[in-house]
Amino acid sequence: MVTLTVNGRQIKAPRGSTILEACRLNGIEIPTLCYDPDLRLAGSCRMCLVEAKGRPLFLASCVAPAEDGMVIETESPDIVEARRIVLELLAARHDFSCQTCEKNGDCKFQDYCYRYGVKDSRFTDGGRHVYPIDDPNPFIERDYNKCIMCTRCVRACEEITVARAINVKDRGHNAKIATAFDGHLADSPCVFCGQCIMVCPVGALTSKVSAGKGRAYEVDRVLTTCTYCGTGCTLELNVKDNQVVGVTSNRSEEYSPVNKGALCVKGRFGWDFINSPDRLTTPLIKENGEFREASWDEALDLVAARLQAIKESSGPDSMAVFTSARMTNEENYLAQKFARAVLGTNNVDHCARL
Amino acid sequence: MTNSIEELEKDAKCIFVIGSNTTENHPVIGMKIKKNVLYRGAKLIVADPRRIDLAEMADVYMAHLPGTDVALINGMMNVIINEGLVDKEFIDNCTEGYEAMAEVVAKYTPEYVEKITTVPAEDIRKAARIYAESEAAVICYAMGVTQHSTGTDNVKSICNLAMLTGNIGRPGTGVDPLRGQNNVQGSCDMGGLPVTYPGYQAVTNEAVRAKFEAAWGVPLPPNNGLTLTETINKAHEGQIKALVVIGENPMMSDPDLHHVEEALEKLDFLVVQDIFLTETARYADVVLPGVTFAEKDGTFTNTERRVQRVRKAIDPIDGAKPDWQIICELATRMGYPMHYNSPEEIFEEMKALTPSYAGMSYARLEGRGLQWPCPSADHPGTPFLHKDGKFTRGKGLFSAIEFKEPRELPDEEYPLILTTGRNLYHYHTGTMTRRSVALDKHVPEAELEINPHLAAKMGIRDGEKVRLSTRRGSVEIKAKITDILAENVVFTTFHFHEAAVNWLTNADSLDPVAKIPEYKVCAARIDKI
Amino acid sequence: MGKEMRIVLRNADKIDPNSIDDYIKAGGYRALEKARGMERKALIEEVKKANLRGRGGAGFNAGMKWSFVPPAEVTYVVCNLDEGEPGTYKDRTIVQKDPHTLLEGMAICAHAINSKKGFIYCRGEYPYVVEHLNRAIDQARKKGVLGDFDIEVRMGGGAYVCGEETALIESIEGHRGEPRFKPPFPGVAGLWNRPTVVNNVETFANLPEIINRGYEWFASIGAPSYPGTKVLTLSGDVVNRVAIEVPTNTTIREVIYDFGGGIRDGKKFKAVQIGGTSGGFIPESLLDTPIDFDSMRDIGATLGTGAVFVMDETRDIVDIVTRIAKFFEHESCGKCNPCREGTFRNFKIMTKINRGMAAAQDIENMTLLCKVMQKACLCGLGQAAPGPIVTTLQHFRHEYERKLLA
Ligand SMILES: Cc1cc2nc3c(=O)[nH]c(=O)nc-3n(C[C@H](O)[C@H](O)[C@H](O)COP(=O)(O)O)c2cc1C
Ligand code: SF4
Ligand code: SF4
Ligand code: SF4
Ligand code: FES
Repeated sequence: MVTLTVNGRQIKAPRGSTILEACRLNGIEIPTLCYDPDLRLAGSCRMCLVEAKGRPLFLASCVAPAEDGMVIETESPDIVEARRIVLELLAARHDFSCQTCEKNGDCKFQDYCYRYGVKDSRFTDGGRHVYPIDDPNPFIERDYNKCIMCTRCVRACEEITVARAINVKDRGHNAKIATAFDGHLADSPCVFCGQCIMVCPVGALTSKVSAGKGRAYEVDRVLTTCTYCGTGCTLELNVKDNQVVGVTSNRSEEYSPVNKGALCVKGRFGWDFINSPDRLTTPLIKENGEFREASWDEALDLVAARLQAIKESSGPDSMAVFTSARMTNEENYLAQKFARAVLGTNNVDHCARL
Repeated sequence: MTNSIEELEKDAKCIFVIGSNTTENHPVIGMKIKKNVLYRGAKLIVADPRRIDLAEMADVYMAHLPGTDVALINGMMNVIINEGLVDKEFIDNCTEGYEAMAEVVAKYTPEYVEKITTVPAEDIRKAARIYAESEAAVICYAMGVTQHSTGTDNVKSICNLAMLTGNIGRPGTGVDPLRGQNNVQGSCDMGGLPVTYPGYQAVTNEAVRAKFEAAWGVPLPPNNGLTLTETINKAHEGQIKALVVIGENPMMSDPDLHHVEEALEKLDFLVVQDIFLTETARYADVVLPGVTFAEKDGTFTNTERRVQRVRKAIDPIDGAKPDWQIICELATRMGYPMHYNSPEEIFEEMKALTPSYAGMSYARLEGRGLQWPCPSADHPGTPFLHKDGKFTRGKGLFSAIEFKEPRELPDEEYPLILTTGRNLYHYHTGTMTRRSVALDKHVPEAELEINPHLAAKMGIRDGEKVRLSTRRGSVEIKAKITDILAENVVFTTFHFHEAAVNWLTNADSLDPVAKIPEYKVCAARIDKI
Repeated sequence: MGKEMRIVLRNADKIDPNSIDDYIKAGGYRALEKARGMERKALIEEVKKANLRGRGGAGFNAGMKWSFVPPAEVTYVVCNLDEGEPGTYKDRTIVQKDPHTLLEGMAICAHAINSKKGFIYCRGEYPYVVEHLNRAIDQARKKGVLGDFDIEVRMGGGAYVCGEETALIESIEGHRGEPRFKPPFPGVAGLWNRPTVVNNVETFANLPEIINRGYEWFASIGAPSYPGTKVLTLSGDVVNRVAIEVPTNTTIREVIYDFGGGIRDGKKFKAVQIGGTSGGFIPESLLDTPIDFDSMRDIGATLGTGAVFVMDETRDIVDIVTRIAKFFEHESCGKCNPCREGTFRNFKIMTKINRGMAAAQDIENMTLLCKVMQKACLCGLGQAAPGPIVTTLQHFRHEYERKLLA
């Protein structure tokens, strides 16, 4: 353990912690933008700066090791001034359009501007890049006018998905996030997993499928298991007014043991079939080769009667049940119980092999 | 899976992927494999007729001809035995049947296998050495291994290879079938099989049957039932008269759809319970609207045997009912009262009858879920099976397996091998993904992958519609010219009803044990339109 | 009258730089032999006590830096020959005139940290120097003087920031030349995560004479806190635009007037910028400051690489600083926020002032920005970039104010 003094308070942290980790462990919040506990450290946004006694430079707490005996200030006037400047510099390149932004209310940049009272930037004398918002892919909106260059998307793409579709292109103030030839994602190795959306702290990367359907503070997030392949990824269905309006993911190992928040394109963007107008909303009975709508009672009675009749006339083994690899365990249990105990046959199977 | 997904990222030192296009069909597992290979130095061996994404970063890539898996694996075992790379201690202590297996494998020299598989002998040697010499090697496979007339043989061969090198029962080792659908594992676990009750308890076992009879309060049939493909065949023959289909779409997913169609038409009564009017539902006498995973509670069991919660996010859409309620109402109407207040109650009943789930409860499943077997309430679950080389049957049994050719081979009339599969953007018969606007917009139609040489010979241009035919029928499909497969192989997916490839596949060539159809090989031809 | 003293340039123009035999005849590679006879610890101690401080700009005690290298199977010695500072050509001069003194210095360091492999990261604009070095390395290999230590020359990526040691390491590894955060310092985890010593050409070139003559000799030369000599390259409005090597207690005035021959065309002195583009501007009143690292720092200036850029009375300070601001705006790698955006904003504001479009508020904003950048930026580039603005606002503020809007 190391002991350090933070804002006049003595705290302890395991040796090898960064200052940020030591502080968070002790309930001292330091703002961060580029820091992501699951990704390689960047130390580049300089939001997390702190002052350490006897050090001529500010330290980026997300990368600076906590050393025994350090005396640290996390919100001193000089630090607050530095953070404000950092925010103002970013604000000067940022297209504030919170009123239409998907991330409004769930945006770290907005939060910190609020916290440090940054309304305008002193540094707006021209020179803001205006990037076209024109990637035609149906999944991800890329609006780099809101990008704050934290590179979390680049690192997530490289380290979680291992697709390496995007990187920092050009240098200095011209630096931007781009695919190899600054083209569309569809022409890159991108697999549209949306991990970049997951880590983006602002509204630069958002889901086109969820656009306009509800902001973070309007939705309930229901933790559940993905309905597609057998990996069993955990995801969060975002619900607003009894409608699924999006999918996000929970990155904690405690709640997302298999995927730790990582998803694939189907899990993250393939949820709107739930609201499809093609959904069946009434039982159907075929008469003279045509379906007609029926009430539940009528339909269920008909099915029960027909099955009962066939059971009696041709025996239980003239019947079979196909259960489903997409239904829950509970339903599969009931389906086979239905076949065995109700119909009286072991003719029950599903498409495990198909 | 004998082992856990996490181990593929953290513990495996060598990953042998055969018959699995992991990055497309199990993308998140694919990410973990790539991570291990790229950032943690694991070795990667890929065997697949198509040069899939993972092949690009493999230490050895083997493009074996579809249907030659047994030969390929026998070849690797031949090398391992001849070069003394076997795990003798494991074989002696934990297995039996080694001699008989070794005898068969003896003739599968890499040179001999090269002739069958077209994989260069040197690559077979290299792969065998990498696999055998790794501290912890795992084999991942999927439908590319099972969907053959020799599917069971293929799987047994894979187990042979793992046992031969002692790659079982430790972290980062094992034999990992990657299950294709979210809850295939669960459906099997729950007894959605003609031969077993929940927990793989045989329906033919008297004692087991007595237990279920007591629990369910009715006498139960003692004989094994029919598999799905057999059921279709029997329906075709008129012996199956009524079929209840719950959330399945055999009119897309089953082989030789003409055959399926005729079978469904012959039924006296077909009831389909689904969320959409599927291709199958169109043949139904009664259609009952079920709900999606968002509208109900329950559990799914993933490919690593992890039981996880499904939580209701929204109320069922107007007019639809959760499938468990529909079944209950139907049973009750048929004179067998079924009443549950919630899926949790069903789970409680199930676990009392299912030893491998006995220790689970919804409360315990919060958070990380549990991997079965979990026999008691204080059992932590089981991340990997066969710890210390202990098998369910006592010792691991080697199987002596000869290579057999796929049932339907190319000939003059049908000179190509058609093999089928999935792609990243769609799922199974497309009922859900085709109705997810973004996915369908991104990949709106089926494509037939054709090697450039073949295309050039036939004068086919990229994007042009061609006719793909087998002995069973033909579809029109867009050509995609790519050199990721050999000149005599073509590939497409089965997601698209507009070009449903299962009109073409072969329902006659089933694996004799698992009854899995040979989706991965049938003889085909293409013609310009 | 100041006097030259040649340690790193001791052989310059006296031997044929293309001939290793010449170098050996002049006593070359004897120090290496001597060093190899020493215990590693003792060798490091010797260099530490000589108080040889880095000649690449940061002025860190070289022996101390080496002493941080933990015992490891693989370690690297890297020579920084990026020399990206406009107006600096001292490293090129040393290498061109006496390449073996560098190779010998690197080999001494290699012995100290038990390294088998060295890299020279050579500025992209110096392809002929690469050839020249390869020739020298080849000769040394053939002669066997380097033993089991081998040196490879790598061509730089052309960006100024690649001279920063961690960006240089990234660049050698084949990545974007962007600085890493420190710690870990390269001495612990550098090239391919192995312990790596990065030193400047001039630092290495001092080593053979230190080993030959002993630390006491070296430590007694020049300023006690930064002993030895410094190679300076004179440019701008000075009569002699030359490279000189002087003891570190030489004053700026001596440099300009004794060695530089004073201001060209009989004009009057206005300012001198020492240490490269990021160096502070020094007015007439501070010319009697010695050039050593600490004295320079005390007046808000830097010794840096030893570039001396002299400006006469006709020069427009604001215009020059605007061009410097453009340089940094262009050279910022773009990784960290305050530098990427800050250098850009500084350039914008300087341009505004220079064009007579700015108000006093702009100077205030820029002052605040500069203050934050100096403490907040990730690497030396951003931290040092405000230097010229800050020092000129301090010493030449009237030139700014003259250009403000009424
Ligand atoms: C932006 C920037 C550019 C630098 N360029 C050079 C350079 O061209 N040559 C050099 O030797 N050091 C340069 N440095 C200093 C190096 O980072 C490092 O301190 C030096 O190579 C260490 O060697 P020394 O201790 O021998 O001086 C630069 C530093 C910064 C921040
Ligand atoms: S990214 Fe954040 S600050 Fe920017 S417009 Fe969106 S909500 Fe507002
Ligand atoms: S969607 Fe996934 S693959 Fe595409 S850029 Fe984002 S992280 Fe990379
Ligand atoms: S797009 Fe988002 S995640 Fe990527 S660099 Fe910009 S702000 Fe960061
Ligand atoms: S959070 Fe520490 S530098 Fe960005």
